[in-house]
Amino acid sequence: MSYINKPKVAHPSLPTNALGLTRRQYEGAMSTLCAGCGHDSVTAAIVEACWGIDLKPEQLAKLSGIGCSSKTTAYFVAGAHGFNSVHGRMPSIASGAAAANRELTYIGISGDGDSLSIGFGQLAHAIRRNINMLYIIENNGVYGLTKGQFSASADIGTKAKKGEVNLTPPIDPVLLALSLGATFVARSFSGDKQQLVPLIQAGLKHNGFALIDVLSPCVTFNDHEGSTRSYTFTREHYHPVIEADFVPKASEITVDYQEGQALSVELHDGSQVILRKLDASYDPTDRSAAYHFIETKIKNHEYVTGLIHIDESSTTEFHTLNKTTKVPLNRLPFEKLSPGNAALQKLQARWR
Amino acid sequence: MEPTQTAEPDYFHKVVDCQWACPAHTDVPEYIRLIAQGEFTEAYLVNRATNVFPGILGRVCDRPCEPACRRGRIEDKPVAICRLKRVAADHRDEVAQRLPRAPAKKNGKKIACIGAGPASLTVANDLLPLGYEVTIFEQFGVPGGLMRTNIPAFRLPVQVLDEEIGYIVSMGADLRLNSPVNSLRKLLDSREFDAVFVGSGAPKGKELELPGRRDTDRIHIGISWLESVAFGHIERIGERVLIIGVGNTAMDCCRTSLRLGAKDVQVMARKPREFFKASAWELEDAEQETVKIVVNHAPKSFVVKDGKLTGMMFDKLEYDIENGEIKATRELGEEFFPCDDVILAIGQENAFPWIERDIGVELDRWNVPKVDKVTFQSTRPEVFFGGDAAFGPKNIIWSVEHGHQAAISIHKFCQGEPVTARMPRGVTLTSRKMGMHEWSYKNEYNGAERRLVPHVALVERFKKVNIEVELGFTAEQAALEVQRCLNCDMQTVFTAKLCIECDACIDICPVDCLTITPNGTEGELRARLKAPATNPQQALYVSAALPQTARVMVKDEDVCVHCGLCAERCPTAAWDMQKSTIKIPHAIDEDATCRS
Repeated sequence: MSYINKPKVAHPSLPTNALGLTRRQYEGAMSTLCAGCGHDSVTAAIVEACWGIDLKPEQLAKLSGIGCSSKTTAYFVAGAHGFNSVHGRMPSIASGAAAANRELTYIGISGDGDSLSIGFGQLAHAIRRNINMLYIIENNGVYGLTKGQFSASADIGTKAKKGEVNLTPPIDPVLLALSLGATFVARSFSGDKQQLVPLIQAGLKHNGFALIDVLSPCVTFNDHEGSTRSYTFTREHYHPVIEADFVPKASEITVDYQEGQALSVELHDGSQVILRKLDASYDPTDRSAAYHFIETKIKNHEYVTGLIHIDESSTTEFHTLNKTTKVPLNRLPFEKLSPGNAALQKLQARWR
Repeated sequence: MEPTQTAEPDYFHKVVDCQWACPAHTDVPEYIRLIAQGEFTEAYLVNRATNVFPGILGRVCDRPCEPACRRGRIEDKPVAICRLKRVAADHRDEVAQRLPRAPAKKNGKKIACIGAGPASLTVANDLLPLGYEVTIFEQFGVPGGLMRTNIPAFRLPVQVLDEEIGYIVSMGADLRLNSPVNSLRKLLDSREFDAVFVGSGAPKGKELELPGRRDTDRIHIGISWLESVAFGHIERIGERVLIIGVGNTAMDCCRTSLRLGAKDVQVMARKPREFFKASAWELEDAEQETVKIVVNHAPKSFVVKDGKLTGMMFDKLEYDIENGEIKATRELGEEFFPCDDVILAIGQENAFPWIERDIGVELDRWNVPKVDKVTFQSTRPEVFFGGDAAFGPKNIIWSVEHGHQAAISIHKFCQGEPVTARMPRGVTLTSRKMGMHEWSYKNEYNGAERRLVPHVALVERFKKVNIEVELGFTAEQAALEVQRCLNCDMQTVFTAKLCIECDACIDICPVDCLTITPNGTEGELRARLKAPATNPQQALYVSAALPQTARVMVKDEDVCVHCGLCAERCPTAAWDMQKSTIKIPHAIDEDATCRS
């Protein structure tokens, strides 16, 4: 919460991207979240990521449900399309929008409440249907808007601000996504933009459903001693296994990667993700191994971060499976969209 | 890098670029805020505490503060600091009651000041309240020195001069007009004074000895000519005038000429425009008044026919310039410029024909006195120098600062203390936090462009020699201009141990000043900040190691707009907005320590 708006004044030597825009031109309205909220850092990472891949603001559709997390769509890329849906129903809206217009880039922002409680079924089916979108869960383990009750992602043993201990087992969105066949699964931390920004860029470019679970501490209700989702605890139990570098299409790879330590995955549009293994034994393309690895680490209270699983060879992508229109509905001629009563009669006659 | 030592008074002082650049260290943001609140009298007094002549300087200061202004690095134009000073002076109430007064009981020490210019007047201003008896010797019938004789009345009205000089003289200075000092020996031998301050300026205009120089009486020395105009001895000049030289004196000469009947005035410069010494705004004003500036012409001879000046011959020059340096010069042949009068404005020097060479006041081989740069003491302990007399021509605001420093030395000397044992500068910091995320200063950035000062119409201003050209800001203009000030004295102060590294400050900073990064050398840090810090004149503020990751918070002070959003967004108050007040010691502060 701030009393003044972020001034329009910018650093005089701010760089511009291929569209001639500065990072500042990818910002949105002033955040009204608590000072120090992890979500604001995620917002800044999205701004940076969209600017970095030269995304046209009007080419982006941002969708959200209800919750602190779901407010954040207002805070980035003011020039994008947006839809703030009913609590937990953002995946349905996103599915519909994607089906109607596959040319836009879709980003859904949700929280652990919106996605893992009220919208759990919605999320599961969006993953299963492999909607072509980036889905970010800003995961802080509490219901911030209703003053800090445990959410469905709260770990066993974590303490609430007033001292009560959580005994209910959590839902882990990464394990959920892996088990439902998601083709891009990542975890990151709001306090590590170096890791988060390329993940968002790769997620936006991934053909299919991309999930990034971002540990995003609630500075007001879940940043105390005993919490397993505080800034301090997250930093202490933070275990990056795979760092991803995003290389846009037709750019040269300028960084030297050590033999055997790096793995290049080409995305649908020709851009590449270079995966740097920090843990040599880890293979991000092996889903079941990834599942096993994450599960083991969770038992040791470790947050495995990075691009946990990627599969660019999947054929289950929503548009392919459902043969959705290549031309967005808003560009189809009226006669084709609404062929009239005669065509309807003809169609119905087929089932008589 | 080691953590920045913010307790060091100069650190935050440098962040307040205007105050740091001002020779007298006027607390600019403070008085601009007072103007914003309509507290013109308070704003005037904040000014007077350091620069002594706000009304005068608000019109004719050299404004070293403005090129330094941070606003100029963010947009094109700095805050109109100088013109806001004039607003304070023009709109204030009577201040006589609130000025320092001399005590009834004197301290028994007598000081002589030679010349009644800004330096001597400052010495008197600082020493009279301490009980000193100060005598000022002035060669002319009016005080003010160069401020009166060399600055035309159309830039600085006589009433403003009289009023501000009057404040000092009425404290009880013994001002002896028409009393030139013809022999320093005599003055010292009289044993009448415990210390002598020489503030006699640099009154000798430079000559240009070229063929024909002595064949006519229509060639004038700029500063002497301006002096004669000021005293009404000269009231006319020919229709066509050439001014030689392109400093601020040249600007005053050309504009004065226009007011004395000249129709065609040309300022002749040897070099291209980028090498001009005149302030940009003075050039602008002169050109607006139809003065022509002719570059790349070197004077060759004065052409006199039958005892009458007909013009001047010049060599036309061409230069090869690389990175602001002249690499080669070529002569392209002669060019004749007809004229009726020539004014030489190519510089001035200090001259001391009245200082005997055997009285212990040493002068070097250029006849410049040997003066200590900090204490302003000469080689004879009871003789001090200041203003243009000390190190050659500078400007009024430097003279004032010399006066302050010399006053401290004179006080120390008279009290038997070493003149070098001077109080250091200090800094106090007080938080401006009011509520959760609110600060007791207007932190919102105002994108307004610099206001233009209204001028008297061209046709009106030449009717008399003393019509003040600049009208000063209107109330509306001033109200907007003050909002352009960035409040650079509202410092961002960081407490490393409170930081949880949530990045909130970094994300919100509109000008990308902040970065959390592993520590390194200054060069490494400057290169890896969120926006590279390319201005080495501006410091990096480096924190101690942060508690969670041992990285450091680095702030590039260069383009911070002091909006306070870093502190508003900080959940742990690791960032705080604190007002820095820089304590600049004057003689009265030294006196307090002497007493205690």
